[in-house]
Amino acid sequence: MAKKNPAKAPAAPKKVEELMTGTTVFNVPMPADLKALKGMSPIVIKQPYQIDYIHSYGQDSPFFAGLSNGKLLGTKCRKCDYTWANPRLACTHCGRETEWVEIPQSGRVHTFTTCYFGGEEFLKETPFHLVLVEFDGVDTLFLSRLIGPVEPEEIRIGMKVKAKFRRNSQLKPSDVYFVPAE
Amino acid sequence: MVSGGVSKFAKARPDATFQKMVKESFDYAMKDVPKLKLSMIDGSVASYFSDHFTRQLMAGIMAVDYLGLCPKPNKRIEGGGATGGLCFQAGWEAIASGRMNVCAAFGFETMSHVPTWKGNEFIALASDVNFDYPIGGFYSGYYAMMVNRHMHEFGTTVEQLAMVSVKNHMNAYGNPYAQKRRKLTIADVRNSDMVAYPLTLLDICVMSDGAATCILADEETAFKLTDRPVKITGVGTGTDMMRMADRPHGEVLLAPNEKKSDYRKLKYPGVHSFRAGRSAGLQAYKMAGITDPLKQIDFVELHDAYTSSEIQTYEDLALCKYGEGGKFVEEGYPFMPQIDYGMKLPKKGTLPVNPSGGLIACGHPVGATGLMQAVFAFWQIQGSIKKHYGDGELQLKKADRGLIHSHAGTGTYVTVSIMERGW
Repeated sequence: MAKKNPAKAPAAPKKVEELMTGTTVFNVPMPADLKALKGMSPIVIKQPYQIDYIHSYGQDSPFFAGLSNGKLLGTKCRKCDYTWANPRLACTHCGRETEWVEIPQSGRVHTFTTCYFGGEEFLKETPFHLVLVEFDGVDTLFLSRLIGPVEPEEIRIGMKVKAKFRRNSQLKPSDVYFVPAE
Repeated sequence: MVSGGVSKFAKARPDATFQKMVKESFDYAMKDVPKLKLSMIDGSVASYFSDHFTRQLMAGIMAVDYLGLCPKPNKRIEGGGATGGLCFQAGWEAIASGRMNVCAAFGFETMSHVPTWKGNEFIALASDVNFDYPIGGFYSGYYAMMVNRHMHEFGTTVEQLAMVSVKNHMNAYGNPYAQKRRKLTIADVRNSDMVAYPLTLLDICVMSDGAATCILADEETAFKLTDRPVKITGVGTGTDMMRMADRPHGEVLLAPNEKKSDYRKLKYPGVHSFRAGRSAGLQAYKMAGITDPLKQIDFVELHDAYTSSEIQTYEDLALCKYGEGGKFVEEGYPFMPQIDYGMKLPKKGTLPVNPSGGLIACGHPVGATGLMQAVFAFWQIQGSIKKHYGDGELQLKKADRGLIHSHAGTGTYVTVSIMERGW
């Protein structure tokens, strides 16, 4: 188990955060002597960069259908007797096609963290806990959120956890999350 | 390798486009070997990691034409955090295959074009976007999970992680190319903002704008250009599953100085170790004839994107056994003998790791990073640190053989290259 440490949650910022806002400017000054141009400050502009992207889950689609029906679906290679918690339609060991199987909804914390910062998309959700869950009879781990504990000190490797599902599926892997089961 | 150059890494370089940053590093390298003329360069390889950061497809060719290397061969190399290391090896391949006599390997990244948290989102796209990214894509979170397991398996402590940060920041104090040059204590590292438990702000590298260039040549040409070329005697590249959850829990890939009985209970690599790093190291050691890396290597520049990954990498590179990485730093092996770190170290400076300051202090402009390591290692081996840093404090007395290590994802691509005194 990780030792307790004196580290603290984020404090008030010590410096002014750079802003992505600005003022609309249509013209800039130009020196009469072109030799002065090499000493000119750089011009920095802001451009939008946003698209809607059509993403197919392809052969992994049944996993997401499973989540929206309260099931965790993994895949199994019968020849290698190897089960993946996240589906993989080709066995990485022998190359054969795998079969869909339902995996348990109870497991244990294999490892964890608490994120106080994150990628921009998830920043508003911080702090949140990430866990890798291990299951009996499954050979690989499963990345998910752990809901319930407040501080990281309340989470323990080996702690029993169980799956819960969003009522309104978003067809995202975050449709499932785990909660303590002890 | 006959020459190298690095642009000073900075949080933002609004004064320069990526072409100009590459040219700065390229011109520096050209100036260092005056006998090398542009016409003697047969081609180049370019590396940059993210099209999102650059927002310019085919950026490689734009640097090539800026450098005056058209119409000669060029291609882009990309592999996450290991992009620079892969580019270095691609340059080596161009020479080793006989395709080129002289090859310029250059790389860059412009990470200042978006705010830090958007940058973290871009980086997290280098995790499986079907299963991993949507859970809370954040690389610091992934590494925090890995080190929590490392602590659970082996008893590694947060103070041992902090020692890596103190060491690398202090080393960078003497490196004018570094982005962060700070004298820190273990308490400073632990008391800085928590980013992903147990990793704090000072356990993690920063985003940078920067570029680096390595000039590689065949042996005959190399000696015509310089009397102190550095020979690349071993290369290795390892890979592992993108989703760290999918990694096996099997048997250790044994290094020549290890026995199966060393690891009776260890399930490997799990999420505590990097099988790709071990694989890359073993390939490079075999090629270079290294059987006892701790004794046969003089220094290491490794990919310390996190203090934790530096400790994990000591083990992957068989500088110590799996599980002993925390003790390895605590006992002082990876520190530099000539520098005062403000702490007691029983075995200080046996095998200095990241004498330049590493990614944590120098910065991590991804496509340039692996090449930056090669340049710093090249200068160490040449004994030219004083010339290039303006101060010789970081020059190691014995630097005949160095190892450079570049690392991607949660350990998905890892390169190891061995560089030796060639004269």
